Amino acid sequence: MVESLLRVERVFKRFGGLLAVDDVSLIVEAGRITALIGPNGAGKTTLFSIISGFLPPSEGRVFHRGADITGMPPHLLARRGIVRTFQIVQPFAGLTVHQNIAIGAHLSRRSRAEALVAAAEVASTVGLSDVLDRPAASLTVAGRKRLEVARALAAEPELLLLDEVLAGLNPGEVASMVPVIRTLADDGITIVMIEHVMQAVMSLAEHVFVLAEGRIIAEGPPQVAVGDPRVVEAYLGRGAAARLSAAGAAHV
Amino acid sequence: MRGPSIAHIVLVIAMLATVPLLTASSVVLNFLIVALLIALVGQGWNVLGGYGGQYSFGHAAFFGTGAYVTAILQMRYGINAWPAFALGIAGGALVGAAIGALTFRSGLKGSYFALVTLAFAEVLRILASVAPITGAGVGILITLDLRPQAFQFQSRAPFYWIVLALLAASLVIVRLIEQSRFGAWLVAVRENEDAAKAVGVDTVRVKLVAMTISAAITAAGGGFYVQYFLFIDSAIAYGPWISIEALLAPIVGGVGTVFGPLLGALVVKTLGELTKLIAGDAPGLDLVIYGGVLVLIVAFAPHGIAGLLADLRGRFARLRSSVPERAHG
Repeated sequence: MVESLLRVERVFKRFGGLLAVDDVSLIVEAGRITALIGPNGAGKTTLFSIISGFLPPSEGRVFHRGADITGMPPHLLARRGIVRTFQIVQPFAGLTVHQNIAIGAHLSRRSRAEALVAAAEVASTVGLSDVLDRPAASLTVAGRKRLEVARALAAEPELLLLDEVLAGLNPGEVASMVPVIRTLADDGITIVMIEHVMQAVMSLAEHVFVLAEGRIIAEGPPQVAVGDPRVVEAYLGRGAAARLSAAGAAHV
Repeated sequence: MRGPSIAHIVLVIAMLATVPLLTASSVVLNFLIVALLIALVGQGWNVLGGYGGQYSFGHAAFFGTGAYVTAILQMRYGINAWPAFALGIAGGALVGAAIGALTFRSGLKGSYFALVTLAFAEVLRILASVAPITGAGVGILITLDLRPQAFQFQSRAPFYWIVLALLAASLVIVRLIEQSRFGAWLVAVRENEDAAKAVGVDTVRVKLVAMTISAAITAAGGGFYVQYFLFIDSAIAYGPWISIEALLAPIVGGVGTVFGPLLGALVVKTLGELTKLIAGDAPGLDLVIYGGVLVLIVAFAPHGIAGLLADLRGRFARLRSSVPERAHG
């Protein structure tokens, strides 16, 4: 059996009495864009934190190319090629955009000059070339989201975990960011994205996992997953799917 | 990262090196030796606090260890002052690595880190005030032996040049750190630890290395202190005064800048002397002044004097570039 790029096996995460992640198993295949969707508080970011080593799971295991990486610290996972971005952007606020991205580029480059050159290249990929010498703190929300992606990208990940990089952007900014993510996937980077902007999920993702109350309630190609009655109910409340289909039938 | 070139550092050091040729005044030289010593100790603090964002309140632990190792090896074991001084630096670095390992591995940050470093320095002070090897409450007097091979000199000028050379070395080390990957990682840790981890920075290791270098530089100041004053006791070696001087100089001068500690030490020491001149040698008054300066700096110039100067330069440049426009208009 060929090992999948990432395999999460029966992971639980408890915070005191709260079960944030409840028996989640999933497989991420190399080379495609996988989306993780679900209502607020479903445990998506917690799951990301477990995969990227920022939180240990209460139970369960995470495998990368067949190797058990459960509980491995984030910097070692980054060296293995697993790099995340943060939903609440975490720039190195006192540094310029260029310096921010260079920190990522330093992962595989010792030389300062080489890291800065690589950082400038990454900046042009994500459309930050014009603001290279600006302090990161001066960027707009859209700029900061791009910076998150750029810094992670500069670390040359094999698996990129994008946590809501489109949240808070206006439709125009979303439209300009979607092709950037598409380009990354075309360059061979496997992407797992947590996303609320459904238009982007539908156009980018090849596979979708739906998380609600810590559990995976549906998975499959995006069109199939979002049509699932359980998914509709998770977002709109119990009975919503039935009411919707009744309303739909009445209109026909 | 922008900063002064090595040529800048050489220029500044060369200018400072001419002072003993211009004046033989022991008051001036003594003042400058102490100021440069504080600049050196502050530069050590700056590596960890200024670049790494880990504010230690206990750099006395490293200063004192450098001082005691230098003194004990000479007086108890008959080792020559120069290798004793080198071992003092190594001893300080070792204490830095040990305290760093304990604090950073247990994830202490911010004020918790500051308080724990303070506690380590205090524990060392109390131990040194009772242990026979440190001379307990009496302290250690270095036997007078005014020969260069004993790291003692007839006049102040050689001391001045030695502390200046140590400071020069620390300036170059800090500049090299600024330009290295390690330096970039260290600043990343200061700015955002989680973000640094996410792109592969081993933050514990980076902080540990920074603390070791930081402690070594500060310990060099301690060893020099012993050779210059030929006396050390627990209150001098591990007392809070040196922890305060160590952080005050870089904070006043500009944290995370190459020349910040030197600028700050000169300003703070000048203020201290002026206070003495005006108010007489009232004990503790210098600390009151330091407290006031610290409040003013933190409130009005968070980037210190170096930050103020950069700000002024920027304004001046804008002013100059706007003059031709006005002429045309």
